[in-house]
Amino acid sequence: MSAQLSIHGVSKSFGGVQAVSGVDLEVGPDELVSVIGPNGAGKTSLLNMVSGFYHPDRGRIALDGQDITRVAPYRIAALGVARTFQNIALFKGMTVLDNLMLGRHVRMRSGVLASIAYWGLAQREEVRHRRRVEDVIDFLRIQDLRRRVTGSLPYGLQKRVELGRAVALEPKLLLLDEPMGGMNQEEKEDMARFILDVNEEWGTTVVLIEHDMGVVMDISDRVAVLDMGQKIAEGTPDEVRADPRVIKAYLGEKKVGHPARPAAR
Amino acid sequence: MIYREAGIYRSSYAADMAIFPLALDRIVVGVVVVIAFGVIPFVASGYLLKGLLIPTLAYALAAIGLNILTGYAGQLSLGHAAFMAVGAYGAVIAYGRYGWPLLLSFLVGGLAAAAVGAVVGLPSLRIKGFYLAVTTLAVQYIVEWGITHVRWIGGGVYATIDVPDIVLLGAPIDTGPRRYLLCLGTVVVLTVFAKNLVRTRVGRAWMAIRDRDVAAEIMGIGLLRYKMLAFVVSSFYAGVAGALISFCFYQAANIEEYTLTISIRVLGMIIIGGMGSLLGSYLGAAFVVLLPIAISNAMVAVGRVSGGLVTTDVRANAELVIFGGLILFFLIVEPLGLARLWKTLKDYLRLWPFPY
Ligand SMILES: Nc1ncnc2c1ncn2[C@@H]1O[C@H](COP(=O)(O)OP(=O)(O)OP(=O)(O)O)[C@@H](O)[C@H]1O
Ligand SMILES: [Mg+2]
Repeated sequence: MSAQLSIHGVSKSFGGVQAVSGVDLEVGPDELVSVIGPNGAGKTSLLNMVSGFYHPDRGRIALDGQDITRVAPYRIAALGVARTFQNIALFKGMTVLDNLMLGRHVRMRSGVLASIAYWGLAQREEVRHRRRVEDVIDFLRIQDLRRRVTGSLPYGLQKRVELGRAVALEPKLLLLDEPMGGMNQEEKEDMARFILDVNEEWGTTVVLIEHDMGVVMDISDRVAVLDMGQKIAEGTPDEVRADPRVIKAYLGEKKVGHPARPAAR
Repeated sequence: MIYREAGIYRSSYAADMAIFPLALDRIVVGVVVVIAFGVIPFVASGYLLKGLLIPTLAYALAAIGLNILTGYAGQLSLGHAAFMAVGAYGAVIAYGRYGWPLLLSFLVGGLAAAAVGAVVGLPSLRIKGFYLAVTTLAVQYIVEWGITHVRWIGGGVYATIDVPDIVLLGAPIDTGPRRYLLCLGTVVVLTVFAKNLVRTRVGRAWMAIRDRDVAAEIMGIGLLRYKMLAFVVSSFYAGVAGALISFCFYQAANIEEYTLTISIRVLGMIIIGGMGSLLGSYLGAAFVVLLPIAISNAMVAVGRVSGGLVTTDVRANAELVIFGGLILFFLIVEPLGLARLWKTLKDYLRLWPFPY
């Protein structure tokens, strides 16, 4: 089986709420797949299960054929999965540079003993990884922000730095939870460009949750639609756009073209 | 000091990632180190060395330890003095009872404290914030109890063990200047280690846990491992600091010097000096060591004017009230402490006379 990420019959409930029920999704290497759906459809919950933050009640999740259903989040990261959060989760007291260097954590090795005697192994490792981080900084055009503490940055830039932190991990699978939420049109276009570049030039598989239909239909290879925890459609952007169930789910909410703002949690 | 950064192009990442990337900072630090090692031991009075500098250095090391745990890794501890006690008794027992070499005894004290720290760190994955603070408070009492009640450790009801004559590599450490140099050397080396630790991979992992533990874990940081590591390293520093205090300051290990009051005092040092700052650990320690002296001098002056109004009782309480007030002040007004004030001043001077 060639899928990079395969999700099989995954369900999750919180108390009485069935957040995700029996969802299947396969994402091939280098694909950019979007997951859309109305508020509360279960999109974030699905992502949380892939990154190991929650474990599903039922079903199976595999990465490159390896079962990761019950693996701890930090081990999943080490397997090459990185993500961003719907409500930005940067390390607010740290600089942009440190946030991105932290993104390299799983690619580095130095422990306490190597670090205290910095001049030697640890320094060489830091410098080597700093170079990779500088590539990310150039790519995202945030050269002026290196020494800024992330908590002091405007919202749009925080979203960009958070993408940078995930990309710095050099993930094979990148999970993005509403990376354009709350952005203005210009910021959205920049972000869409970055995501496309990560996907196409760096060959990173991307799973994208996004409410902006214009962007989703523009950049996705395939789109999966969730509604009330279930996958109601899947296909190319054109197929999904024409699907009567999708139209119904969205019309029922009167949110076509103007999806609701992401709810704060 | 003006325009010192203008036009500096950092030619390599190694240079950019140095501890002091700016030449001027390097010069200032170099001068301070030369004075501390080469001038002070020869000119400072016995009182200055023993009353101020030795306790400031030893408490600065303790504060660095607590800063690693609380300021960097974000785990509050009210039991820091307990780890200092373990280190003090560990080192004194190794040195006095078993006759181990001095530095090895310090290491033993540090490792003993680190071992206790590992045990305390174990539940930190489940127990967070307020509950963790209460757990460390319990540790404080348990350790105090253990030291006073286990004869093998404390040696009896008063739990006081004298330190025999200190000898380092054949040289007797029997004068104020020599004790000061022993403290200074130990503290400087461990400060450099701490600096290297907090500015690289492990330190970033700690700060990430402090700022957002969920995101830290999603980015690949095993929370248990790194929280435990913070407890272990922090306690090691506390242990060596406790050993320094007993060897160089009191010349005895005495449980009275490692009570809850001391835990709170060290916490006050990092709040006043600056959370997540090594410089702040020094500033806070100096401040808290100087405070009672300054207050008592002021009180004596007031007492002279007002007659018998200022009793020793008033004096002791005034110290606590002012200490508490300062902690509140810094928590509310400047959570990053003296270290931040210092940086603000430096930035101001750097841009002077054209601040923007
Ligand atoms: N930790 C949790 N505890 C309880 N209920 C939860 C939890 N996480 C999600 N839910 C519930 O599960 C359902 C799906 O939520 P989820 O956040 O996955 O939706 P979403 O598709 O991401 O929505 P949005 O577009 O608003 O982000 C919602 O009803 C939500 O209230
Ligand atoms: Mg969501």
